[in-house]
Amino acid sequence: MINRLLGFLLFAGLIFPAHAAFDVAQLMGELAKHKSGKAKFVEKKYISLLDKPAISSGEMTFTAPDQLEKRTLTPKIETLRLDKDLLSIEREKQKLTINLSNQPEALAFIDSIRGTLTGNRAALEKNYLLSLSGTSDKWVLTLLPSEQKIAALVQRITVSGIKNQIRSIEYLQADGDRSVMSIEPLELK
Amino acid sequence: MKSRAARSFLLWLLAMLAGAAIVWNSRFSADMSFFLPGKPTAEQQVLVNQLKEGVVSRLLMLAIEGGTPAERALLSRQLRSELAKTGDFVSVQNGEAGSQEADRSFLFKHRYLLSPAVNPERFSVAGLQSAIANSIDLLASPAGMMLKPLLPRDPTGELFTLISQLNAGAQPNSRDGVWASRDGERAMLLVQTRALGSDTDAQEAAINAIRSQFATSAKALGLTDARLQLSGPGLFAVNSRATIKDEVTRLSLISSLAIIALLFFVYRSFRLLTLGLLPVVSGALAGVVAVSLAYGTVFGITVGFGSALIGEAVDYSIYYFVQSGKNGLDDWRARFWPTIRLGVLTSICGFGALLFSGFPGLAQLGLYALSGVLTAAVVTRFVLPQLTGGDLAMRDLSPLGFKLQSAIKALRHLRWPSLLVAILAAGLLFAQSDTLWNPELSALSPVSQKDQAIDMALRADIGAPDSRYLVVINAANREAALQAAETTGVRLDTLVVTGQIGGYDSPARFLPSQSAQAARRASLPTAEDLSRNLNAALTDSPLADKKLASFVAEVQTSRALPEISRETLNGTSLALAVDSLLLNHAEGWSVLLPLRPGESNINPTLMRRTLDGTGALFIDMKTEFDKLYNDYLHEAMLLSLAGVLAIVALLAVTLRSARRLAAVLLPLVLAVLIVIASLHLLGERPHLLHLIGMLLIVAVGSNYALFFGSTGKDHQLDPETLASMLIANLTTAIGFGTLALSEVPILHAVGVTVGPGAILALLLSAIFVPRETVR
Repeated sequence: MINRLLGFLLFAGLIFPAHAAFDVAQLMGELAKHKSGKAKFVEKKYISLLDKPAISSGEMTFTAPDQLEKRTLTPKIETLRLDKDLLSIEREKQKLTINLSNQPEALAFIDSIRGTLTGNRAALEKNYLLSLSGTSDKWVLTLLPSEQKIAALVQRITVSGIKNQIRSIEYLQADGDRSVMSIEPLELK
Repeated sequence: MKSRAARSFLLWLLAMLAGAAIVWNSRFSADMSFFLPGKPTAEQQVLVNQLKEGVVSRLLMLAIEGGTPAERALLSRQLRSELAKTGDFVSVQNGEAGSQEADRSFLFKHRYLLSPAVNPERFSVAGLQSAIANSIDLLASPAGMMLKPLLPRDPTGELFTLISQLNAGAQPNSRDGVWASRDGERAMLLVQTRALGSDTDAQEAAINAIRSQFATSAKALGLTDARLQLSGPGLFAVNSRATIKDEVTRLSLISSLAIIALLFFVYRSFRLLTLGLLPVVSGALAGVVAVSLAYGTVFGITVGFGSALIGEAVDYSIYYFVQSGKNGLDDWRARFWPTIRLGVLTSICGFGALLFSGFPGLAQLGLYALSGVLTAAVVTRFVLPQLTGGDLAMRDLSPLGFKLQSAIKALRHLRWPSLLVAILAAGLLFAQSDTLWNPELSALSPVSQKDQAIDMALRADIGAPDSRYLVVINAANREAALQAAETTGVRLDTLVVTGQIGGYDSPARFLPSQSAQAARRASLPTAEDLSRNLNAALTDSPLADKKLASFVAEVQTSRALPEISRETLNGTSLALAVDSLLLNHAEGWSVLLPLRPGESNINPTLMRRTLDGTGALFIDMKTEFDKLYNDYLHEAMLLSLAGVLAIVALLAVTLRSARRLAAVLLPLVLAVLIVIASLHLLGERPHLLHLIGMLLIVAVGSNYALFFGSTGKDHQLDPETLASMLIANLTTAIGFGTLALSEVPILHAVGVTVGPGAILALLLSAIFVPRETVR
């Protein structure tokens, strides 16, 4: 369960440089062209238990096809790293490594995210229903889980972008809590 | 004469029956104790205990192959549930979800008695502020998500503190919800037997139970191509015992049959053959009796050495029959017995040196061979003549003897060549002396290379603990032991912080000492105090104190919780962890704290310095093993040297001539050099038992050299004596040589050294025989 949740959280670790697109195929085509990127992020978690959102910020790096690093700098330093199917979290001298291939649901998320990052539509549609709205200047891609197991964890993922840049990822949990991550690209390769 | 013979026979028979009764009641064993030190140091004692009863010695690793991953997972679940029912296993793990539910609920329920972070400051305004702020920070992080549902009940994050102390090491791979090998092609299980690792019978029963349950489950599920692979110390013990048992029978049979065939060919008389075997049977029996009486337990390997003893013990009756055939018993007693007696004594010096070994297996071998040889000689000298009477009806072997005489004359030409060969051998050995000896104790292990390879593969797949590094603390009672574990844990924590060690396990994590529990309980505030402090602490926090009512309530519940005892842990896998780390034995209690290495290797000096003054012992099992073997090797060298010196002294006193002493010793030294160099060239890496073999070449080989050396000017070797020497030498070579066929390294090493060594000793003695000895 813990591992599944941790894997699931990787959604928060998304960055994918993108070009504007009118339909999913075009968007995917544009996304597939960009291999790597680095960005700043601010993440707000709206948790029913807390009166104010919990805020964290830091930097993220993606190296195609399967290396993702999310470095949280505030409020505490924490590094989350995904290398192929190996997820590791480092926090205050503690290091936790999880093999995602042992966690089919978490792997479904990761594969879907990788699918988006690398423009792999087939991988995405295996687990999600995709819908795109807006224009190429300002678009919103919505992912709705088609699998019950995934839906038990997340209701909806909303990725929005301006032209070729992803600017925010919102992720709505099954229990109604949500997190919104705003992304500001630092450089594009 | 008739009545004396009957009396002697009766006495002998009585002794044999008594011996047989003792053997019947003896305990035979084929376990690791053969290799374990008889008088261990404190560190070695830990090693011995771990090997005999430690958790690692009770672990069996199982791999299911064949079928699809889903089928393997199904079989794994089925096997786990069936094995868990039998009660023969303390734990059967296969990574199934839900199997850790009991552990988590125990930890959560008792978190305020277990968490080392619980102290009075924890529940002050400042303490609550900082602990809750930390939990909220965690919520914002990916790792914190698991805490969200628990936050209202555990806002200070005690469960997180507890879980983060637990093994963060690599978990086995998993497929379809159960553990799998790294490549995913095998389902893996980890089983801990209830039986001790040293109880080979029970280990065998447990392994058979697993195998038959696997067959039943696989059949019930219709998985015909499923296969089970199994490994672990228990299997090693069972297999080694089977190998040794099998070899004892096989080797003794080969050696006996070959020697009987040879003797029958020489004697051509069933009567002489039967009589000739009498001392051998007596010796073999006496050997086991002596060992049983002295040690209580007879090692299988010791009995396996019997095949060599047969070859050596039969020599005396050969001498008697062949040498006394022409001139009768009295002449034999006068002329030959002193030489034979000297030979017996040199053999005893050789085997006797082993008695002083701290390596129990070696000491047993020594006692076994010593009593066997001595008994065979005594029976030959005092019982055999009574039974044979005056008439031996021995075939005339002088034709063979004459051939040998002329052969010896020809052999003289080989003096310089054999010296040259020996010098080359010595040069080779000297040049290779650094790398000549095998430095590993495992070289002596009867576990086959194939079994070791399977074990390595399974171990890597399942990530089974190897428990190489341990901190051990001894204490008078359980409470003292747990308190010591807690204070030592504080020191180890500093090493975890600096990264010198990756982490450690402690029984006090799940079963804190009573005093630690009492102190934590005393830190828990009343509902009023806690509510007041919470209110003050959370004024500016996003978490409102009114949402934490369940926290306040559960702290109150914890104040009234019964003290955690060993029984509280029943039903969780934590009970197993505590039992394996907190040991009760005759002298008191011991705590084991297994260490996990961090990024770098563990530094023993730093460890010892950190633990200085706590009475805790740091142990690196690998180092201890290597040290143990080096101690054995070093000791064996000293003992061999002492044995050789004793033999030389004995010969010097008896022969009273430097020249004759040299004539006896030279062939033996050359034989040893040539044998070891040849083994080296053949790719055999000599170890401790080869060294012992060298001693035995001298001890046994000297018997033949003595006949050449002891005759003096007036007594030249007659043809019958020469023939008897050749036959006796052949039987010895057969006896020891048979051991070379053994798969047990200990026996193989002795066989491959002494077998050829005995023949070479005779041959070289003949080559270097003083000219006047042979006409």
